[in-house]
Amino acid sequence: MFRFIGRRFLQTIPVMLIIITGTFFMQRFVPGGPFTAEKAVTPEVLHNLEAYYHLNDPLWKQYMDYVWDLCPKRFHPLALVNGLDFKAAFGIDFRPSFKYPNRTVNEIIADKLPVSLELGGWSLLVALGLGLPLGILAAVKRNTWIDYLCSSFAMTGICIPNFVLGPLLVLAFAIHTGWFEASGWYSPIDRVLPCLTLGSFYAGYIARLTRGGMIEVLHQDFIRTARAKGASEARIIFHHALRAGLLPVVSFLGPAAAGILTGSFVIETIFQIPGLGREFVNSALNRDYTMVLGTVILYAGLIVTLNLVVDVVQVWLNPRLKFE
Amino acid sequence: MVSLSPKKLPQPMPVPEPAERGQSLWSDAWRRLRKNHLAVAGGIFVVTLFLLCFIGPFFSQRYEVQNLDLGASPPSDAHWLGTDTLGRDLLARLLYGGQISLSVGLIATVVALAIGVTYGAMAGFSGGKTDIVMMRIVDIMYALPFTIFVILLMVFFGRNIFLLFFAIGAVEWLTMARIVRGQVLSVKRMEFIEAARTLGFGRCRIIFRHIIPNILGPVIVYTTLTIPSVMLLEAFLSFLGLGVQPPMSSLGVLIKNGADSMEEYWWLLVFPGAIFSLTLFSLNFLGDGLRDALDVRTSKD
Repeated sequence: MFRFIGRRFLQTIPVMLIIITGTFFMQRFVPGGPFTAEKAVTPEVLHNLEAYYHLNDPLWKQYMDYVWDLCPKRFHPLALVNGLDFKAAFGIDFRPSFKYPNRTVNEIIADKLPVSLELGGWSLLVALGLGLPLGILAAVKRNTWIDYLCSSFAMTGICIPNFVLGPLLVLAFAIHTGWFEASGWYSPIDRVLPCLTLGSFYAGYIARLTRGGMIEVLHQDFIRTARAKGASEARIIFHHALRAGLLPVVSFLGPAAAGILTGSFVIETIFQIPGLGREFVNSALNRDYTMVLGTVILYAGLIVTLNLVVDVVQVWLNPRLKFE
Repeated sequence: MVSLSPKKLPQPMPVPEPAERGQSLWSDAWRRLRKNHLAVAGGIFVVTLFLLCFIGPFFSQRYEVQNLDLGASPPSDAHWLGTDTLGRDLLARLLYGGQISLSVGLIATVVALAIGVTYGAMAGFSGGKTDIVMMRIVDIMYALPFTIFVILLMVFFGRNIFLLFFAIGAVEWLTMARIVRGQVLSVKRMEFIEAARTLGFGRCRIIFRHIIPNILGPVIVYTTLTIPSVMLLEAFLSFLGLGVQPPMSSLGVLIKNGADSMEEYWWLLVFPGAIFSLTLFSLNFLGDGLRDALDVRTSKD
């Protein structure tokens, strides 16, 4: 098992390198730079700025220096607990931001990432908390009105995109009834609408996957054996069927987590949430080289790590897939 | 038939009437699809929307004509779905926006289809090391956060609609490649491929003339399911202000504008949102219906 994890981990290194290289050079080969659209800067100031950000070095040297700054140089994961300090924890330095010269990208990330993670975490909980029960119910009561109700609920969640659902929820529950605030991220109640909006698609998808997986498993021989031995319906569902029935859901969790992370760009815009997603879109528009790179690498790292975890959980749940 | 040889050919044996008329895969699938009312309704909705969006603008008011005196007005006889803040007719803008959204959906899907089918068929047909390398590349690309890359592409290279097609198509082909490869692997061991090879046909001919027609089922199903996800991605980008640019509009742009002014003018959000959601609904139901109809495994009932 450790060999499997180790090998999967080694595979992530080229992926990360491709992402870093691709983003780095893509930014540099497009016209315009971080200082072009700004209010006119005198040539001297421009020169000093370029010197400060090492923009005068040859490109390959800038690239090598940057990659070296990114390389993990120590391993103190506990330092992440107080304030998400990637520099203290792994020695990863994302450099100063171009847009906010007196702040480093590390600081901005430490500031904004917790908000996005909280949004994503709650949304994932919404997705699982709604999707799994609905899917199991639909599978157990297959082809009854309960099934149709659950399935159409799931389809509704899938087909109403979050940028439609979000404003509609705001219109209905914030503006008309006044139960929630239309935007902001202050009190716990402010979490409700954004997380529902972001989680609904994944709730619907998970419900469908669970229904499909459970129906397939409930048809198999070992379920009939369990029934013949007189196991209760609840025990059959939760003890025998669920483990295999959840496999499609588990393999979907990797893409789902990635989707929730990128989906938060829109949610953060709709609800004015001060998270990393909105920061990323703005920094791309501002050509904030280091900020774009930092966020892309962070998101990619998160997604790659989550995929790794999902792979391991999948093999652990399904003994037929060996850790090869 | 014109016989070229001067010799008289033997008369062909009369073909005996088959005892039971066999049904081809396609007529069978069509019969099953028609029984699925949701899928049929979805199909009808999509076709209607398509016709409306591409023919309707000839009859409706011009989408870009402003009427600043009118401003935003609720649905009325003159403007069935109301007007936006610049006094433009919402129905006309919806039809035009739908035209752009559907075109993006179709063209980007065709791009994804072309890349995915060719790549997957090559990998599956070649087998061995080539296959391993090609699929490993797909695996690696799967791990890339593509939405982020599309955002970067759109930001850096101007918000060009052709780039949009390409960028979205380049993202969506991966799953198609996997599906096609799996199918090709199962088809290529069959006897008729062996026969084609024995006849000395080239690789390309075997792949495109013999293998691909036999894996069309899953490809069609997945294509139907790709269109909504492409449209979703386009609307997502447009919502962030990175997709289709004014004065052109797409459903995503209209939803964005509607969300900005929904407090006073609810109809600007509700109608585009409803049309877009209904389109996604229909395409998804149609795709599901097609999958059930073409899936041989579940066709015993």
